[in-house]
Amino acid sequence: MSDLSTLTQQALDEVAASTTLAALGEVRVRWLGKKGLLTEQLKSLGALPSVERPAAGALINVAKEKVQAAIEAAESALAQAAVAAELAAGRIDVTLPGRGEARGAIHPVTRTRLRIESIFRNSGFEVATGPEIEDDFHNFEALNIPADHPARAMHDTFYFDDGRLLRTHTSPVQIRELRKGRLPLAMIMPGRVYRCDHDMTHSPMFHQVEGLVVDENVSFANLKATLQGFLRAFFEKDLRTRLRPSYFPFTEPSAEVDMSCVFCDGAGCRVCKHTGWIEIGGCGMVHPNVFRAAGVDAERWTGYAFGMGIERLAMLRDGVNDLRLFFESDLRFLRQFGAA
Amino acid sequence: MKIALDWLREFVSVEVAPRELGDRLTMAGFELESVGPAAPPFSGVVVVEIITAERHPQADKLQVCRVSLGHGEPLQIVCGAPNARAGLRTALATVGAQLPGDFTIKAAKLRGVESAGMLCSAKELGLSEVSDGIVELPADAPLGRDVREYLALDESVLELAITPNRGDAMSVLGIAREVAVLTGQALRGPDVRAVAADAALDAATAARTRVALDAPEACPRFHARILADVDNRGPSPAWLRERLRRAGQRSISPVVDITNLIVLELGQPMHAYDLDKVQGALRVRLARAGEQCELLDGRTVEFTPDVLVIADDAGAVAMAGVMGGLRTSVTPETRRVLFEVAWFAPRAIAGRGRRYGLVTDASQRFERGVDPELGAKAIERATRLLCEISGAKAGERHTNESSAHLRAPVKVSLRLAQLTRLLGVEIEPARVASILEALGLRCTSVADGFDVIVPTHRFDLNIERDLVEEVARIVGYDAVPITPAKVAQGIAPSPGARIEESRVLDTLAARGYHEGVHFAFVDPALQERLYPHVAAHRIVNPIASDMAVMRLSLWPGLLNALRENRRRQQTRVRLFEHGVVFPVGAAESDRIAGLAAGSRWPEQWGARSEAVDFHDVRGDVEALLSLTGDVFEFCVPQTPPACLHPGRCAEIRRAGVLVGLIGELHPSLVRELDLAPAPILFELDVQQALTALRPQVAEVSRYPQVRRDLAVLVEENVAFEALRACVTEAAGAPLRELVLFDLYRGSGIESSRKSVGLGLILQEKDRTLTDEATDRVIAAVRSALTEGFGATFRE
Repeated sequence: MSDLSTLTQQALDEVAASTTLAALGEVRVRWLGKKGLLTEQLKSLGALPSVERPAAGALINVAKEKVQAAIEAAESALAQAAVAAELAAGRIDVTLPGRGEARGAIHPVTRTRLRIESIFRNSGFEVATGPEIEDDFHNFEALNIPADHPARAMHDTFYFDDGRLLRTHTSPVQIRELRKGRLPLAMIMPGRVYRCDHDMTHSPMFHQVEGLVVDENVSFANLKATLQGFLRAFFEKDLRTRLRPSYFPFTEPSAEVDMSCVFCDGAGCRVCKHTGWIEIGGCGMVHPNVFRAAGVDAERWTGYAFGMGIERLAMLRDGVNDLRLFFESDLRFLRQFGAA
Repeated sequence: MKIALDWLREFVSVEVAPRELGDRLTMAGFELESVGPAAPPFSGVVVVEIITAERHPQADKLQVCRVSLGHGEPLQIVCGAPNARAGLRTALATVGAQLPGDFTIKAAKLRGVESAGMLCSAKELGLSEVSDGIVELPADAPLGRDVREYLALDESVLELAITPNRGDAMSVLGIAREVAVLTGQALRGPDVRAVAADAALDAATAARTRVALDAPEACPRFHARILADVDNRGPSPAWLRERLRRAGQRSISPVVDITNLIVLELGQPMHAYDLDKVQGALRVRLARAGEQCELLDGRTVEFTPDVLVIADDAGAVAMAGVMGGLRTSVTPETRRVLFEVAWFAPRAIAGRGRRYGLVTDASQRFERGVDPELGAKAIERATRLLCEISGAKAGERHTNESSAHLRAPVKVSLRLAQLTRLLGVEIEPARVASILEALGLRCTSVADGFDVIVPTHRFDLNIERDLVEEVARIVGYDAVPITPAKVAQGIAPSPGARIEESRVLDTLAARGYHEGVHFAFVDPALQERLYPHVAAHRIVNPIASDMAVMRLSLWPGLLNALRENRRRQQTRVRLFEHGVVFPVGAAESDRIAGLAAGSRWPEQWGARSEAVDFHDVRGDVEALLSLTGDVFEFCVPQTPPACLHPGRCAEIRRAGVLVGLIGELHPSLVRELDLAPAPILFELDVQQALTALRPQVAEVSRYPQVRRDLAVLVEENVAFEALRACVTEAAGAPLRELVLFDLYRGSGIESSRKSVGLGLILQEKDRTLTDEATDRVIAAVRSALTEGFGATFRE
C-alpha cells in the first residue's frame, strides 16, 4: 500500500502545482476520472483476497477524497483570486461627480403659490383664476370703487386705449366667480397683478392671492380663524395674528392683517421695525354693494374676502430681502430653489 | 397726517403715553406711522431778552449784544443775525448747550470779542429748514425758561394714516373726537363764537358777499365774509407758526396761515381772496370749455367742462375745492380779504385735481367729504383769529345756500341679529348703544335693534354695514373670537385631462431648466423684431418706453433674461416661464415656454462639450408632451416664423392643430441681439398642448418579438418622418416599434446621401411570427422605401 500513498502524494503535488482552473480540471480527470490513476486502483482490488478487499477499498476511497478535497480547495482559492484580481482591476473613483443633467428649479414665487394652493385645497377651497387685462367694471365699479373714488388713487393703474386696464388686484376674479351663481363657495384666486409703481420695494408686476368664502352665515370670527390657520400652516409656526381696522371699498368691516414677526416671534427686530408685528394682507366682510353688483342676495348670503402678496410671503418664508430678485431671472439666485 | 399732541390736548385730555395713544388709534383704524418729539433733541437753550445790541468794533455784520436771563448778570453775546435788536426776546444756547447735529456751544472769542453762547435761529434748533434770523419769541416769554419747555418741544407729534373713508378725521378735531370715544374723555370744541360785524364795513361791502350758486348740486352752500384793515405783512405769531410747523407746513402770511390752520384744526378747507382784486361778485359754476386759470402754484391750467370753478366777472379765480388762482390771491400788501368757506359735493371734486397733478389739502378733504355744518364754525374761528392777529374788522358772515340741495339727516337701522351674524360674536345691546352714542349717533331702541340718526360729520355712515363696522372698530377687532369656519362640504370635479401644474414645471426643472418670471409688458422694438407687423396691446401710461406693450409670447422675456445672464458670466442658460400672453383680438393664452443655450450638458468630465441643439430641446419638449399620452407631430412650417432659423424650426401639432413652436433663434437676430451661440426656443399653448389622455391599455402579446435592422441610403433631403410613415404603412400590423438607431453621413456613402439605421421590432398578437413572414414584411418595407425614395440598402 506504500504505492497508494506515493500515488496520493503525487496527486496532491500536482494539485498544488496547478495555477489555473483548467490545469486543476486536468488533474481531476487524470486522478479521479473514470480512468483516473486512483480510480484504477479500485479495479485492482479484485486481485486481493476477499477479506482484505473492504479495508483496501476504504483506503483507496480515503485517498480519493483527500485528493478531491485538495482540488476543491485549490479551485476555491483560484476563484477567489480571480475575483480579487477582477475587483482590483475594476476599481473606479467613486468620488467623481455624477454624469448627466443638473436639476433646475421652480421659481420661488411659484413654489410659494403652489404651497398656498395646496394648503387651501386641503381645507376645501377651490382655486380659480381670471384674465389679467380687465375692464373698469370688474376691477373697480363692481368692487364699490366708482370713477373718481379716492381709493382709486391707491391703485396706480396701467391703462389701454380702449379703457381697459391691467388688473390692479385679484379681486375682479371674485366678481367673475360670484356672477357664476354657484353658492356657497370657498375659493382662492392667485395671480399676477399690476401697479404703475417701480422702486426698491414696488414692482410694476407682482402676485397676489385672494380668498373668498360665501355662505349663509359666514362671520368675521370665521375670517379670523381662516387667516390664522393659513398663516400658521404656511409658516409652520405657532404665530399670533391680529386684525386692525382699515378701509377697502369692497369689504366692510375691513381690516389689515398683522402676524407676529416670524423672525423675532414678536419680540421686536429690524424686519418688523421693532413693533413685533408684520403686515401681511388685507381682509374684511364682503360689502353688500359688491354682492349687489355680482347679483348675489346680500340679505341671504354673507361672505369674507382676504388678499395677500405672494412675493411678501415668499420673502418672509425663504428669507429673500430684495423684491427685485424675483424678476431678474438671475440663475445664481434661481439655483438656490432647486430643492423640492 | 401729523397730529401734535399739544394741539390735540386743546380738544381732549390725553392721559396715556403718546405711543400708547398711537397704538389705540392704530387698533381703531388710524395707523400710527411714527411718533417723535416736536423738535430734534437739544439742551441748554433758554429764553433771553436782548438789552442792548451794538455794532461789533471789528466786523460790520456782527453785533455785540448784552442779554438778560432774568437773573444774575447779563451775558455778552456776539450775534450775526440782522434781526438781533434791543428788546427782542429770543433763544440763547448757553455755554455747554447741545444743539442738533452734535454741536456743543463753547465760550468763544469772535473777532476779539468774548461771546458766552449763541443766539439761535429756528434752523439751528432744528425747527425749520430755513431761517433768516434768530428766533423771535413773544414779549411775555418768561426769561430764563428752558426753550424746549416753553415751546413744549418735548411734546410728541403722531403721524397717522387716515383711510380714504374717514375724511371727517383729517383734522386735529376729528382725531380728538376719536380719542374721546376711545378713552372715554370729554371732547372740548374749539372757540367758534360768532364775531360781531362792523356795521359800516358791512354796509359798504355786503353786496360782495352775495355769491351766485350756478351749480347748486355741486355747491349748495357758500359762506362769505369780508374783513378790512388787514395787516398781512406778517410774520404770523409764533404759536401759529409753530402749529403749522408741527403739522409739516410753512408759514406764509397771517391770512394764509389762518386758512391753513383752519383746515388742519377743523378739517374745513377755506380760501382767502384779495377783495380788491376780485372783479364784481363771485359765482360758483362749471368751467366753460377751454376756460383757463393761472393757479397759485404758477401753472396755467385749461379746465374741462366738468370742473367746478369760482369765477368773478373776469373769469375763473379758483379751481373749486382744489386750489385758488393767482390773480385774486392775497399778498403781504392785501388790506381787504374775502373769506370763502364752501361745501362742495365730493362727486364734484373727486379726481378733478388729480387730473392736473394736483393733490391739495383741500381736494383731499372735499373728495372724501367735509361736514356740511362745519363751515359756519370755521369761518367764525378764522374771522376771530384774523381780527386778533392783525387788528382787522369784519363784515357780516353771509351764507349763500340752496337748501334743496343740502342733504337731509341720514337715518340708519341696525339689527342686532345682523350684527351678531356678521361679527360672529354677540355684543350687549347696551354696549352697542353706548358706542353709537359716544360716536355722536342718536340711537332709538326698536324691536330688533336701533334706529340711528347720523351726525353731519359722519357722512361716511349710510347703511347698516357702516354701523356694524363702527361697533366692531370701537369694541376692538380683538374682541371678536377666532371661530373655525364650517366650509360647505362639496367634492369638486377633478378633470383627469388636467395635468397638475407642478408636474409640468417639475418635468422641466428635472431637465435642468430654471423657472423665470418676467414682466408681461415688453420692449415694443424687440417684440416688433420678433413678430414683425403683429399688433400688440399698447399701455397708455407705461413705466418706461421699453415696457410699453403686452407680450405676444414669452420669448422676449426669456431672450432678455438670457442676455442678462450672459452679462453675469453664465454661459449655459436653460430657462422657462409659465404665464399668459396677450394676443390682440383673442383671449389671453396660458403658455409655457423655454430657452436653452450653451453646452448640451453642464460642464463635466464624462461627456464631450457640445452646444445644445434643436434635437436636445425637442427631447425636452417631448418629455413635457409625453405627460399627455398623446401623439404630437413636429412639422416643417409652411411659413417659418420670422424670429426662427427657417431650416431649424418646427410647428408642434396635435391632431392637426397648431399647439406650439420650437426652433433656433434666427441667425440675424442672434447677431443683432448679441446672443451667440444661438439659443433654442420653444413655446406651448398649455390649454391645447398639455391636457392628458387616459392610458388606453392593450393586451401585451405573449409571443416572441423579432428585430430586423435596415441601413437605408436615401437622399439628404428625405425627412425621417416620411421614412417612418412609409415603413409603418408597408410593415403593417406586426410592426410594434420602429427605432432610429443610426444616422450616418460620410466616407463610404455618396455625399448627397445619408444612411438611416432603422430597427424594426415585429411581433404578432396571436401567434409566433415565422421567419418567412418576417422576411415578407422586410421585403415589403424595402420595396416601398426603394419605390418611394429611391432607397438602397447597405448590407
